[in-house]
Parts: sequence; C-alpha cells; structure tokens
Amino acid sequence: MPEITYRQAINDALAEEIERDENVFVMGEEVAQYNGAYKVTEGLYDRFGEDRIKDTPISEAGFIGMGIGASMLGLRPVMELMFWSFSYVAFDQIVNNAAMVRYMSGGLTHVPIVIRGPANGGTNVGATHSHTPENFMAHTPGLKVVCPATPYDAKGLLKTAIRDNDPVYVMENTLLYGNKGEVPTEEYTIPLGHAQVLREGRDVSLIGHGRSILTALEAAGHLAGEGIEAEVVDLRSLRPLDIDTVLASVARTHRVVLVDENKPFCGVSAQVSHMIQEEAFDELDAPIRRVTSLDAPAIYSDPLEREQLPNPRRIQEAVQQVLEDAPRAAG
Amino acid sequence: MASAVFRAPSLAEAPESVRRLPPFTDLPLFHVRPDCREDWKAARLRKNALGERKANDGRAPIGVEGGIVLRFATGMAEPPIDAPDTEAVAEASRAPINADLSPEAKRDLLATMIRIRRFEERSLRAYQQGHIGGFLHLYIGQESVATGTVSVLGEHDHFITAYRDHGHALAGGMSMDECMAELYGKATGCSRGKGGSMHFFAPERHYWGGHGIVAGQTPLGLGLAFALKYKQIPGCCLCFLGEGAVNQGVFHESLNLASLWSIPVVYIIENNGYSMGTSEARSSRFSDHLASRAEAYDMKWETVVANHIYTVREATERHARHAREHSQPVLLEYKTYRYRGHSVADANSEKYRTKEEIEHYQETMDPITVYRKTLQEEGILDNEQVQAMEKAAKDEAAAAAKFAEKSEFPPVSSITEDVYWESDQPERTSGGRLFF
Repeated sequence: MPEITYRQAINDALAEEIERDENVFVMGEEVAQYNGAYKVTEGLYDRFGEDRIKDTPISEAGFIGMGIGASMLGLRPVMELMFWSFSYVAFDQIVNNAAMVRYMSGGLTHVPIVIRGPANGGTNVGATHSHTPENFMAHTPGLKVVCPATPYDAKGLLKTAIRDNDPVYVMENTLLYGNKGEVPTEEYTIPLGHAQVLREGRDVSLIGHGRSILTALEAAGHLAGEGIEAEVVDLRSLRPLDIDTVLASVARTHRVVLVDENKPFCGVSAQVSHMIQEEAFDELDAPIRRVTSLDAPAIYSDPLEREQLPNPRRIQEAVQQVLEDAPRAAG
Repeated sequence: MASAVFRAPSLAEAPESVRRLPPFTDLPLFHVRPDCREDWKAARLRKNALGERKANDGRAPIGVEGGIVLRFATGMAEPPIDAPDTEAVAEASRAPINADLSPEAKRDLLATMIRIRRFEERSLRAYQQGHIGGFLHLYIGQESVATGTVSVLGEHDHFITAYRDHGHALAGGMSMDECMAELYGKATGCSRGKGGSMHFFAPERHYWGGHGIVAGQTPLGLGLAFALKYKQIPGCCLCFLGEGAVNQGVFHESLNLASLWSIPVVYIIENNGYSMGTSEARSSRFSDHLASRAEAYDMKWETVVANHIYTVREATERHARHAREHSQPVLLEYKTYRYRGHSVADANSEKYRTKEEIEHYQETMDPITVYRKTLQEEGILDNEQVQAMEKAAKDEAAAAAKFAEKSEFPPVSSITEDVYWESDQPERTSGGRLFF
C-alpha cells in the first residue's frame, strides 16, 4: 500500500468526491488560487476550475451560511475553515442554522453540508487560533463530528462525510497534515461511529481522538518499556460515538486514562468518562483519570504550550497514578 | 394553605460574608507592572498624557456641537411612513403585471390579504386564551408585502423570511390548518409542533422558513439563490428581513457575497419602522434611504412605499425578473407598518410610538382598505363580494382554530425524530450512538 500524507489523503478524498458527484464543491478562504492555506486543496483549482473550487472573502458567517442554504437545495458544499477557531464568528450559522433547520421544519429540510479544517493547538500561534471546538459541536443534536488521526481515516471519513445527508464537521489538525500513512489505492469509505483499537494491552485503556490519540500511542510505547501494556482506543468519530468499543476495552483493562486536547470542563473526555462510569462501573478498578489541555487559554510560548497540551510524559504519569490506585496482581 | 411566597432574607440577618460588599477597586487605565523597565513605564505614561491632551486641544469633544451637549435620542421618532405614494400606485396599476390581471385574480389578492389578517386575529385570540405560548409576531398591517411579493414568483423561484412569517406562509399557499396547528404545538402543525410561530416551512412550495435569529436567514437566502445559479436553474430567491436586521454583520457579508458573485437573490427589507421597540432613527444611520446602503456593495436598490399591493407587485416583478435574467442581486426596501407589538408579549407597543401614529396609518394607508377601494373604483368589486371574503376568511380561521384544538400533541417519542436524516431512516448507516 502506498504511503501518503494526511494532507494528500484529504486532497484525494475531495478530488474523488468532486468527480463522483456534480453537487460537490469546495469553498473557503484561499482554497483555490492560493492552493489552500495549508495546501490541503493544492491543485484542485487547476483541475476542476472555479465553479467547483471557490475562493471566498473573509466572511465565515456569510459563506458558511450560504453553503447551508445551498445544501438545503441539494448541493453538497465542502466548506473549509482555515481554522476551526474561526467558526466562532459563524457560530449562529454553524449551530443554529445547520443543526436546527431540519428539526424546526419537522424533518422537511436537509442540510448535507461538510465543514472541515484544522482544530488544534500546539502550533505556537496563541489562544485565538488554537481552539478545539469538537466538544461544542458534538454537544449539539443534529450535528455529526469526526476527528481523524491518520491519513487512512482522514480520507475514508471525509468521503463518508460528504455523502452523508446530515451536517458533518470534520476536525483536522495542522500538525498531522505532514504525517504519512498507508492508504489503499482502491476506493474506500469509513462509516462514521466506529472507534478503532490502535494498540492492544491489558493494563490500562488510553482513550481519545485526533492527534491526542497518537500522543497516547507514543506514551504506550514508552510504557511498554516499563512493562506496562496500554490499550489505545481512537474514537475517530465523536457523534455518533462508538461507546461499545470503549466499554469493551474497559472490560479488558479495568483502568482508564482519557486523553483529550479539549479543556477539561465539559470536554469530550467528560462525556466519555460519564458514560464509562454509568455503563461499566463494575469493570473499573480505579477512578478514571484524564489528561487534557491544562485549563487556561492556549499559551503562546512554545515550550509551555507543549506542556499545556497532552504529552507523553503527562499521560505516563496518569497511567502510573491509576496503577497506584489499582495495582496489578503480582506475577 | 397559604400560597408559598419566596421571602428574600433580610440583609440584617445575613451573615457577614453576604453583607460585606466586594471591595471594588478603580482599575487604572492601564496596568504598569512593578517589574516593568523604567523607560517603558515612562513611555506608557507619556502616551496616556498625550491622549488626555488630545481630548482638550480646543476642539469640541465628541458629543458636543456648537456648545450644545447632544444627548442620545430618547423621544418618539418621526412616523416611518405617513403618506401613500399615489403617483407610484397609479403607475404600478398600469404596469402589465397588474393591468393584465383578471378581475378574479385581482380579487384573489384581496382575499389573501384578508385571510392573513383574519388568521392573525384568530391566532391572537388563541394566544390570549392560553392555547398558544411563546412568541407570536403578528403580520397585521404588512399584508400587502407578503401577498404582493409571493404572488409574482415564478415556478423556479424560492423565498425565505425571518420570524414574522405567517403572512408569507399563507401567501405561499400553506393552509390555515397546518399553520394554526403549529402555533398550538400540535402534531398536525406544518413543522409537527417543532418549530412554532417563527419556524413555518414548506419546501415543496419553495418556502424555506421561518427563521428566528435576526438576519440569520440572510446568508441562507443567498445560498438558495447560489444553488439555483450553480444548477443553472433560471430562478431567483426572495429573502425577506426586517429593517432591524440590517445592522447585523452577517447581512452585510451576504450583500457583499451576493454582489461579488452575482447571485440572483432579491433582498426585501420589510421596513415597518421599529425593530422591537427601537425606531429606525434610533438604530440605523444612513443617507437618504436605508436601502441605499446597497451602493456600498455596488448593488441595485429601490425604496417603495408598500402599502398598496400594486406597487409591491410591480417592483418585485421587475427586480425578480432582472435578478433571474441577469443573475444580479438587488436590495429592496418596502416601507410598511405593523399595528401590533413586536410580538404579542410586547406590552409597550404604544409606548415607543403614539396611538395617533398607528391610527393615522390604519385610516389612510391600511393595505386591505386601500386595495379594496382600488378594486371598487375599478368597478370589479362590490360590497357583497367583500362581505363574502370576510366571512370566508373568518370561518376558515375559526375552523383552523378548531382543527388545531382538536389535534393531538406530538408524542414524546417524536422529540428525537427529525434531528438527523439518518436516524429517521429505517436503517442506520453509521455505527455508534447518535443520541445521549
């Protein structure tokens, strides 16, 4: 299988879907002639022209709202937010219109829109550009939210998102765009709502999504060196949420550390934690621990931001903590 | 048993921690950190002094002109419109879009306006009787706008509006039954009891709602028109908004996009003079006409006194045709007036304007009265026909209220229906949980 970058995987998904369905078009700031602020849409403008790849002015509320209206008439817009942080200036459109119109019309209106872009910190750009609003979006009934961590997932989930008849928000990560991974040459899609066990282990479950889960995977590697076998579960999709895969892992390890780039209060991990205690209380040998972003606006200063975000050391410390709470049986 | 009244604890009895006021401290204009370098500190202080000097450099500070301190406007504004545009009405009546109408079609327009008014009056009564809760924004006084605009739409045209949406719904062909039942929150309502007064929808009639957030629908209307252009369908989209929506950023973003990309969207400001309790004069600054703001976006605009349906039809038809044929947006301002409050819950509807102002409009410019007179002058309407229309509309509204009353509330299980397209299908396509 060829290895391609996360960026290329998204680019391929967009190109394939534009070719497949004439209702699919891409719109956003700098997506066309500039070839994408993060080069995700590179080459698409030359290939498909300005009707399918459209540059917008800096008007997120205006063009995202426009995409929602267009989707109501059956188009399948794929709107790029240069950063998901910019969704905040379009919040009414993204949350009120996209998510509520179907409900308030008693099911008469559909909004098959995709909004995608990076939602991450860790890039040394300060608080306003480092938001991770997947918890805000997944909070809203009517919306679907996916957070691919690998090139394979990025392509497969985006293709599914574009074909989905509900609004799907795809949260990518600028720090992952250059990552390489195996992606099949033949066409494939990945259904939403299926978590994936990235690494098996019997001592503790590390559960999370997006880049955080790769950080957890790295921590699991270090832990293995200390004789601790961590299982790593990538949620991939937050809404729908594959809680069954999570619970099955908890039933194997009986210890949980949730890893989440969200802030702790009402973050994704808060919801997952609640569901685990509610549905697998008897399986838990220790309180659930969380490694989230430290609870302050994203700091600019580079080394401190690395500390603020989940990192392998903090994850390893949390694992040590749950193992102290519930020591493994000797031998 | 005495009724339970929550008694606030007296401050005297309260513990010290409650009685003590937090120590308010005046914040300095800026904070100079103690560890700040001396030269930085000096620079910051200089900057501040500069600012103070500037305010006292001999010129009058902002808010003072000619020695008179200007105050924020607090009094009554000029009436939004006080006279009909008889010249425009005469001209519009000769335009083919009106002149070519059959007498029957002309009477139908009157009947629609009467139906809207009777529906609104009946819904007001239902509200007062406690059958309807929440917000109820009545369209009474503005009937010529919805009826006139929607009546000139072609088969490929679409329309979308804000929360004062009952008139557009009925003008677009929705039944009083489904609309009234929606107000009652019943399962037989047009949105199955999920939208309420502000969210009537009939996509099959090209009516895309009913939107509650001021100006929230303005990019949606743009998107509908964009989709028409994208699919090369020769239609346009009418996007209605109130004059209170023109100061929302998303409206301006939409105007810019519409003009930038030549989108066939017809924005129609229904200017009834008051955004809730704030008069236009207290909310918007513009030169000449509100709609002239379109010039900033290199967009056509026109302001029309809209109390006569002929002028509304003539202007709408002309601009909608232009939008379709040239794929161009336009900003129309239709001067109109609402008799009732912003919503039924608006108890101050006679405080931010005078009773005389309302009466003046009702007596001289009421859209139903003036159009009735026009048809009588044209010799195609007699009193009997008017009475029949009135009776039919009243009966229809009464029957709709009865229908709504008799209808069932939606079952609790329906709360989680219509949330996702996917979960309303017999089989899921995704895994995992969609609801929590």
